[in-house]
Amino acid sequence: MNVGVLSVQGAFAEMAAYWRRRGAEVFEIRQRVDLSRKIDLLALPGGESTVQGKLLADLGLFAPLKERIDGGLHVFAVCAGLILLAEKIEDAERCAEARPSCWFGVLPVAVRRNAYGRQLGSFKTVGTFDGRPGVPMTFIRAPAITVISPQVEVLSVFNGQPTAVRWKNITAFTWHPELN
Amino acid sequence: MDDRQELNRNLAQMLKGGVIMDVTTPEQAKIAEAAGACAVMALERIPADIRAAGGVSRMSDPAMIKGIQNAVSIPVMAKCRIGHIAEARILEAIEIDYIDESEVLSPADDVRHIDKSKFAVPFVCGARDLGEALRRIGEGATMIRTKGEPGTGDVVQAVRHMRKMQSEIRRVASLREDELYEAAKELSAPLDLVKFVHGNGRLPVVNFAAGGVATPADAALMMELGAEGVFVGSGIFKSGDPARRAAAIVQAVANWQDAKLLAKLSENLGPAMVGINADEIETIMEERGR
Repeated sequence: MNVGVLSVQGAFAEMAAYWRRRGAEVFEIRQRVDLSRKIDLLALPGGESTVQGKLLADLGLFAPLKERIDGGLHVFAVCAGLILLAEKIEDAERCAEARPSCWFGVLPVAVRRNAYGRQLGSFKTVGTFDGRPGVPMTFIRAPAITVISPQVEVLSVFNGQPTAVRWKNITAFTWHPELN
Repeated sequence: MDDRQELNRNLAQMLKGGVIMDVTTPEQAKIAEAAGACAVMALERIPADIRAAGGVSRMSDPAMIKGIQNAVSIPVMAKCRIGHIAEARILEAIEIDYIDESEVLSPADDVRHIDKSKFAVPFVCGARDLGEALRRIGEGATMIRTKGEPGTGDVVQAVRHMRKMQSEIRRVASLREDELYEAAKELSAPLDLVKFVHGNGRLPVVNFAAGGVATPADAALMMELGAEGVFVGSGIFKSGDPARRAAAIVQAVANWQDAKLLAKLSENLGPAMVGINADEIETIMEERGR
């Protein structure tokens, strides 16, 4: 499997290592030219969604990636990546990715950024993911999924709120499976 | 390592490939965020002005820091003086995302640093070489930055520190296992951390460059030398067109290997900060805290 990791900012090296451990062929996506390679799955890493969204637009990556996601390309997104995919961002009026040119808006959920507060609110827990118990889950200044369309499958839950979801070609996490 | 230390190292991992910008007002913080800063450093005076003003330089007013926390959604960092436990506790109480125990401010303790392992909030510290970096990590720092020489706009010290650190890492990685005890003694660094560097060929925490970065080319140079991101202090808001320069430095860090793009990013940025040569200054900040 060929995995393209969006590598403009954030924990993209950790995401690349996660997919290499699973036997995938991994390459970095930093510019448009990187999209000429064969890609089976797009991985959106953790980081700052405002930065990644802006760089997607500035580097001309937004439109071609959106086209592929709309066309059914598999996407694996964590934290900031989930925010880039969400249909609605609750505090969008005060954050840079409110501009539709750098926010994919394809996953029918609403998210609240930094939902657990600042860094002192970051935490680690163990939970059930996709029916598998005992999975370590690391939340770093994590977003929360506050509204979810009934068609979206919930893969993990924390305090009654979904923390990982699957919808069509997209799997997205508010926590960091690549860190454990 | 406890969970808190690990979570704090994890936050630094999320900042990688990014630019952390010094800001003094909520307006500047918004400009930095819109330009693509991955975090901002809230302080009353940027290093160039601290230099110009002279006198004792302290932690910023918490009200001023809170104003910046309310203005942006990205992480907000703030500086405390080296060894100033109380300033650090105050910054923790206002839920700062990262404390920079910084040589830019006047040191409160000329011998000891803060025991950062006693805090829940994360710390970043400056270092000029591997030994200094590992001593800070031993004290609980979860992120390192080269010191450079702040407020100068002269990148020479940042280069010197990053090159030294990287070459010492390569040297430690190449040693025989039974040579690590002597290496730890030479570096005045904790043995377990020296062993980590030996086994992994890198620091156990994220390492940014800081101190003197003023242009997209400077930022790209530091990435080339092994930085995982950059701090830009005076370089942005002391320049002619801060928003444009900030955005150009962000793109330069994301694509530091693409010279054609760097050429484009470097065009028409307006005047860079005037700067002073690092060997013409009287206050040598990098020598504070060892």
